[in-house]
Amino acid sequence: MSDFTDNFWSWYVAALTLVSIAGALVLLWVTARKKIPERSDNTTGHVWDEDLRESNNPMPRWWMWLFVLTVIYSLLYLVAYPGLGTYPGEMGWTTRGEYDAAMVSADKELTPLYAGFTAKSAEVLAGDANAMAVGERLFMNNCAQCHGSDARGSKGFPNLADTDWLHGGSTEKIKETLTLGRKGQMPPMAAAVGSPEDVKNVAQYVLSLSGGPHDSVRAQLGKFKFNACAACHGIDGKGNTAMGAPNLADDIWLHGWGEQAIVDIVNKGKTNEMPAQAGKLTEAQIHVLTAYIWGLSNKAAAAKL
Amino acid sequence: MKPPQPSFEATVSQPAIRKIIPIVPAAEPAGESLYEAQKKIYPRSVSGLFARWRWAFVILTQLFFYGLPWLQWGERQAVLFDLGARRFYLFGYVLYPQDFIYLTGLLVASALSLFLFTAVAGRLWCGFACPQTVYTEIFLWIERKVEGDRTARLRLDGAPFSLEKLVKKWFKHILWVGVAMWTGFTFVGYFVPARELFMQFLQTKMGGWEIFWVLFYGFATYGNAGFLREQVCKYMCPYARFQSAMFDKDTLIVSYDPARGEPRGARSRQADAAALSLGACVDCTLCVQVCPTGIDIREGLQYECIGCAACVDVCDGVMDKMGYARGLIRFTTQNALAGKWNASRILRQVLRPRVLIYTTLLGVLCLALLWSLVARMPLKVDVVRDRAALSRIAAGGRLENVYRLQVMNATEQPQRYSIAAAGLEGLTVASEPEVKVGPTESRWVAVRLQIPYGSAQAGSHPIVFRIGDESGRAHVEEKSVFLVPR
Repeated sequence: MSDFTDNFWSWYVAALTLVSIAGALVLLWVTARKKIPERSDNTTGHVWDEDLRESNNPMPRWWMWLFVLTVIYSLLYLVAYPGLGTYPGEMGWTTRGEYDAAMVSADKELTPLYAGFTAKSAEVLAGDANAMAVGERLFMNNCAQCHGSDARGSKGFPNLADTDWLHGGSTEKIKETLTLGRKGQMPPMAAAVGSPEDVKNVAQYVLSLSGGPHDSVRAQLGKFKFNACAACHGIDGKGNTAMGAPNLADDIWLHGWGEQAIVDIVNKGKTNEMPAQAGKLTEAQIHVLTAYIWGLSNKAAAAKL
Repeated sequence: MKPPQPSFEATVSQPAIRKIIPIVPAAEPAGESLYEAQKKIYPRSVSGLFARWRWAFVILTQLFFYGLPWLQWGERQAVLFDLGARRFYLFGYVLYPQDFIYLTGLLVASALSLFLFTAVAGRLWCGFACPQTVYTEIFLWIERKVEGDRTARLRLDGAPFSLEKLVKKWFKHILWVGVAMWTGFTFVGYFVPARELFMQFLQTKMGGWEIFWVLFYGFATYGNAGFLREQVCKYMCPYARFQSAMFDKDTLIVSYDPARGEPRGARSRQADAAALSLGACVDCTLCVQVCPTGIDIREGLQYECIGCAACVDVCDGVMDKMGYARGLIRFTTQNALAGKWNASRILRQVLRPRVLIYTTLLGVLCLALLWSLVARMPLKVDVVRDRAALSRIAAGGRLENVYRLQVMNATEQPQRYSIAAAGLEGLTVASEPEVKVGPTESRWVAVRLQIPYGSAQAGSHPIVFRIGDESGRAHVEEKSVFLVPR
């Protein structure tokens, strides 16, 4: 924090700390020297409310020395560690250093574990229960925020547990997506398609591709205008994983289903982004995640057979 | 020896002390320091009824403490607090950190027991069962075996350096350290399997933290029971401070009967006390010599008194020798001492409302604890709604919510649990309806619930998860909500 434009507060805090410690010492010194008169009845001589007397129950002397020890300890501590204003301490301790040390020691422990994982291909790794437990934790910490804790996504966030892939579902493609991220772009196509009526017709045609409920007359009219879309989505609307164009002929709708949703996308276009994980996760972690996600998708495929 | 400490109890029996002591200006500079140098106490050995009780408690508590970690239950240690795995094994039970309520219950029961016993008979805990007393007793016993009783120890400490002194002191400390280290080892044995720990010890392969805690706890035992002793009770123990708040005038406390004892004085065994106008107290000071906290019980109730009744035993011995009736120092109440009631009335006073309320509360709590432990479900479930999607449309036009269920198996067998949900029309579990959980394992599973689109109004609907094992013995219901978007 650079809100302290001069050293005043640092000195203030340091002085307050030292004065308090000195005060504690003075208090100890004064009480150690103080003598109270000896009385035969072992009271201090104070009497309240007619007959309430204060007994003299002295503290043990070792207890006082414990106090002195704490004062000495606090002074040594303040020399060694940051505690006096902005004084950094002789040991050079910082929270950042603590964090770095913890990371180094964690890496040291995890490196052999991950080395075992990276030695296997992602497809083989998907059958390794240990690796998948690690993969699940990585997924929960880094991916579940968007794709959901069951990896099935939601509107705008693709389902990773099915066999439908915008960019391809091979382990290489998954790794590429994780490492570099993806940017899905659909330009506004209203001008290329034609009038608003044409756009509606195209939407009906698109709905017909996946066999959903649609107006067949409008769909027929829209089929001709769909040429504007075919460049990316293909003449049969089955998409193109090379450029990340979604398959329009299945029942999976990433950005919403129905005429209005399709009309909106044709009119306004859509940009969707998966952030690159390369800077956040290590290569080994991405490898394990790849195996985990590939496993999810192919488990679903196996279940369907 | 300390001058008498007046206390309100003393005023009951000795109205003479009621006199107001005038305030006088402090006389400089001689006087007492606010800090007192520790005076070493050499308690004399005692035998008698209460000494036997104290030894019975020493043996009982230590058989329990030293013995329990070696008890097996099937394949594992019967009582083991596995902090690393966060599983706590108590005979047939596997407890999770979520079962903390049982520890709370145990602590409340302990507190209520303390209230009850203190109200009935003072600091029974302190005098008989407190680890500080128990270990001091064991250490004192070793000290006595090596160095002899009070007078021998006083002589030895006062004697100049000699080979005999060196050997005795070393021998004592070696024995002390041995007991202390074994205590430390036993303590760690409650958290790390004791048999494995012992094997590791024999092979000198004990882990760093285990060594640390054995040494730490061992050192604490050595220091507390060997050196600090009564200082712990007087200056450090919080119980000691608030136990006295639970006394009342019908509490049985260790008391000296001044009406019978005073005026005290030495006399021959043949002498007629009445003729010498002496009380029953022969002023032998044995009650002071046996006191582990070094007080004179004849000065009335004092906060240092831990209620161990050593003075009762020793005084009864003296009374027997003198041919007097026992009980000059005895367990009695302030009301009885003030002459208000006799022995049978003292006993009847034990059943006063305060004691009855404590007993009832304690009984109800213990029964509730026992019942809840017997009826405990060996299965726990936590439901956490998915943090990404509130709800979504799944294939087939169904509305889906995602949950994460933490399923905790509190048995030592692998289990298959079925997952069902209810609370909304057409609510189904779309994900795997069964989950396998290993012995004492806890698993997170993602569960998807679906309803037909449009079958419920927009908003949040309460639902309930029903999780159960195959036998139907364990079944848990957990509440959650199903969100329908606008």
